[in-house]
Amino acid sequence: MAFIPHTQGDVAEMLAAIGAASIGELFDEIPASLRVDELPGVPEAIGEMEVSRLMQARAARDQGAMCFIGAGAYEHHIPAAVWEITTRGEYYSAYTPYQAEASQGTLQLIYEYQSMMASLTALDVSNASLYDGASALAEAALMAVRANRRSRAKRILLPRTVAPVYARVAEAIAGTQGIEFCQVDYDTATGTTPLAALAPWEQEDVTAVVIPQPTFLGSLEAVDALTDWAHARGALVIAVVNPLALALLKPPGQWGSAGADIACGEGQPLGVPLSSGGPYFGFMTARASHVRQMPGRIVGRTIDLDGKPGFTLTLQAREQHIRRSKATSNICTNQGLMVTAATLYMSLLGAEGLARVASASHANTRRLVDALTRLPGVERALGGPCFHESVVRLDRPVGPVLEALAARDVLGGYDLSTDYPELGHALLVCATETKTAEDIAHYADVLGEVLKQQKVA
Amino acid sequence: MSEPLIFEHSRAGRFARAQAPVAREDVDLPVECLRTEPPVLPEVSELQTVRHYTRLSQRNFAIDTHFYPLGSCTMKYNPRACNTLALLPGFRGRHPYAPASHSQGFLACMFELQEMLKGVTGMQAVSLTPMAGAQGELAGVLMIRAYHHARNEAHRNEILVPDAAHGTNPATAVMCGMKVVELPTDDDGDVDIGALEKAVGPNTAGIMLTNPSTVGVFERKIERIAEIVHGAGGLLYYDGANLNAILGKVRPGDMGFDVIHMNLHKTFSTPHGGGGPGSGAVGVGARLKAFMPIPVVGRDGEHYRWLDEKDLPQSIGRLSGFMGNAGVLLRAYVYMRMLGHEGMRRVGEFATLNANYLAARLKAAGFDLAYPRRRASHEFIITLKRMAKDHGVTAMDVAKALLDYGYHAPTTYFPLLVPECLLIEPTETESKEALDGFVDAMCDIMERAARDAEHLKGAPWTLPVRRLDDVRAARQLDVAWRPEEAGA
Amino acid sequence: MSEVPSELKYTSDHEWLRIEDDGNVVVGVTDHAQAALGELVFVELPEQGSEVGQGDACAVVESVKAASDVYAPITGEILETNEQLGDAPEKVNQDPYGDGWLFRMRPADVDALGDLLDADAYQALLDELD
Repeated sequence: MAFIPHTQGDVAEMLAAIGAASIGELFDEIPASLRVDELPGVPEAIGEMEVSRLMQARAARDQGAMCFIGAGAYEHHIPAAVWEITTRGEYYSAYTPYQAEASQGTLQLIYEYQSMMASLTALDVSNASLYDGASALAEAALMAVRANRRSRAKRILLPRTVAPVYARVAEAIAGTQGIEFCQVDYDTATGTTPLAALAPWEQEDVTAVVIPQPTFLGSLEAVDALTDWAHARGALVIAVVNPLALALLKPPGQWGSAGADIACGEGQPLGVPLSSGGPYFGFMTARASHVRQMPGRIVGRTIDLDGKPGFTLTLQAREQHIRRSKATSNICTNQGLMVTAATLYMSLLGAEGLARVASASHANTRRLVDALTRLPGVERALGGPCFHESVVRLDRPVGPVLEALAARDVLGGYDLSTDYPELGHALLVCATETKTAEDIAHYADVLGEVLKQQKVA
Repeated sequence: MSEPLIFEHSRAGRFARAQAPVAREDVDLPVECLRTEPPVLPEVSELQTVRHYTRLSQRNFAIDTHFYPLGSCTMKYNPRACNTLALLPGFRGRHPYAPASHSQGFLACMFELQEMLKGVTGMQAVSLTPMAGAQGELAGVLMIRAYHHARNEAHRNEILVPDAAHGTNPATAVMCGMKVVELPTDDDGDVDIGALEKAVGPNTAGIMLTNPSTVGVFERKIERIAEIVHGAGGLLYYDGANLNAILGKVRPGDMGFDVIHMNLHKTFSTPHGGGGPGSGAVGVGARLKAFMPIPVVGRDGEHYRWLDEKDLPQSIGRLSGFMGNAGVLLRAYVYMRMLGHEGMRRVGEFATLNANYLAARLKAAGFDLAYPRRRASHEFIITLKRMAKDHGVTAMDVAKALLDYGYHAPTTYFPLLVPECLLIEPTETESKEALDGFVDAMCDIMERAARDAEHLKGAPWTLPVRRLDDVRAARQLDVAWRPEEAGA
Repeated sequence: MSEVPSELKYTSDHEWLRIEDDGNVVVGVTDHAQAALGELVFVELPEQGSEVGQGDACAVVESVKAASDVYAPITGEILETNEQLGDAPEKVNQDPYGDGWLFRMRPADVDALGDLLDADAYQALLDELD
């Protein structure tokens, strides 16, 4: 039987030691009426060879297109060493490092990860990661409510320039906990949040303001002014950032005159494959004064009985397994394996490598937008700078165009028209460092053909 | 030998050139948006990185290197094929927003996974999106809440939780705006039915149960519990932490549960990864089908597609940025295909056989079982109260001493009900020899407790570090390396 | 045996109160409580000037193994908190009835103080726990 090592002799000896006549007898406390013989929907076992053949065929069906979609998940080159090392059994098949002495590898790695994330965001402390970027924002909102003791309102201002799905996830996770998320409008000419959009809350009790950088639309917010606006009103600032972009962009800890209080976001760009949307990891960093309100695991450096340095989980009393109904969150997993990959990735790339990847992604997206907007019927939708994503507007509905592109193995971008109808037939496009000049020219050629063949609706 | 921090291998100007684009490109961004100082990341070569993290890996215990009988965590073998196949280029490189035309292979796997999970749990529909057990729990309680709200019974805000439950249960209930009502456990580990009858009422939203329970025994009165809770208008939530014990033998859906979360990283053998990623798929009965978290995979003829807000307007919504931990789900899919229905049944049988064998041998060796009158499920508890009293050797000391014998410690001090306890779960993938070796180590430790307790209180002695100063870690918080240290 | 000074008042949640000459009260956790918690690593104190109701969770004492709420023993206003505990939570372990005090409050209703336990009653409670 697959993965069960017992011989018949073993089973006989073991049953004898237990004093049972059969394995079935071990289930005699379970009411007979509940026991089942059939498992409908579960097929016969197949071997590794057969399942490999099946999976290869299925994987091949989904393969082969050139991808210009970003929208929160980015195709970057991942050095071979990253996953070679990450999938070593010692990382892959270890549990949460509760037994510190037997987990120094994972613990030290997480400490190094925390150090890297703190530096990248210019904040003091990092946790060991959360599930993903969207749920990290929900946790950051909950954390801000705990940390901002001056505010009673549990009100979080959430700009529309934050990924719409993040807003939905935050509402699903934190909305039932009495948190009110207030949507802040944006300037459709630039895709950014003007100070004027915050005016309705000028005199209100605001717990925290979320500021994305770059925005979901690829644009860049005036983070300094927004941060100062929030702090002047006693609100905390939650930065939602792309960690790779921080190789170039001003880190949250330096926004405005005092810096953001909490930074969070999607860690996927740091060495995690696209993989249909997960597993990724959410990161979170904060000022030292808020560390006790931070959800999730945190690793600290300390010494052992002999005075030797070592690493251990710390501040565990905040967590669910001790604090139960009063825990900072019910979270008990981090995304340990993804953090392992991210730590290796940041180590291999270093600050210079990350800056090269970020600048190449930025430059390629500019080239892509230039190439696409040379076509008749395609124009730039937003003025102002963008990081590595940008919005172009078509002269016809986006959906059918994307379908026609996909039929030619070009995944042309993310259709914004449902979430941002006011932008018209808007398409969010992205070209990371993985795209060559030929790739970009190919996309423009194929789009040109599609637009010529399809009639304008 | 300690391994220096990666930052201590760093030298200005060094980096792994093969990994990055050949040059930095011009950046056309306003200067006030830009960073003035680069982040402090290591400046190391590829070899240094590989060597450092390989060395660190060698400072871990893992299933691949050690017997890991960690109760309630189901540390079974993670077949390598699951990993290899989940990382095939077509899966690994698929963008979450790839159109249906470029997703049929992946979606077929997900649809079939949903179907198989329905089959083994006896539920009517499955959503794969929760990213961990605790998120599956959250989804479950949010669905219960949404159900009562939809029936204009929003006042139902009490969740019953046995006192032996996982800490996540009460934490989750509170996150969902519920009040927690604790239920006592009787001397044989069953829920106290009398107390349950008194606790239910017009405000009962539901009950959260693990079965077999966290004390390692099957809840025998489950049908009566279902009757009482349903009778009071509440729903039953099944915490799948211990599903491995009954896989293929009994199904939560048949026990009367309305909603269940499964830990795919336990029962379906996806890796624990040093603390994640997990995956906490939820299954629901008829009452909660409309409220499932989205997206869910649907099938129109031979064509697979995502079901979203439009298809499930009453859904509790989205819990992740995309569709959850897809790569983990692929691993679970491969595992289930390799086991098939017969293999599933064997999982429950041999997990139970191994636990009962280990319990019987430890009992014979003089250890005290916490519930001696009960069958073990896939795990069991021993209490070291006598050893602590006679020799001052605690459960923690025994756990640390086991590390010196090359065994990962069982779960200690959980459940909180049993003093000086070890919760031991061997799993079905361990051989009889591995179990016998563990018994030998335990006997050795017992003998040593009487003769040389100090040795055990100082354990471990053979690992990279000895016991760590947790108080110092919390008081003098050092959670990030600072570049200033480099000069010191 | 843990220490139970005779001049103080107590609650069944293991808090002590010292009634000062001006009628205000100083609140801390008892010797028994600090011993049960183990070495403290953090103390979270209420906001100065805030109003608390009897039984409200208004402070948290945290060791490496547990974080416990401290409940307001009476209704009243928080006048002052022990700022020294920010850097030195261990004072609660070392001197629970002295330097390890948590906060000072003004009772809303002086009569409520009569409902608290005296040293004998608290000692009896501890004896029962053993």
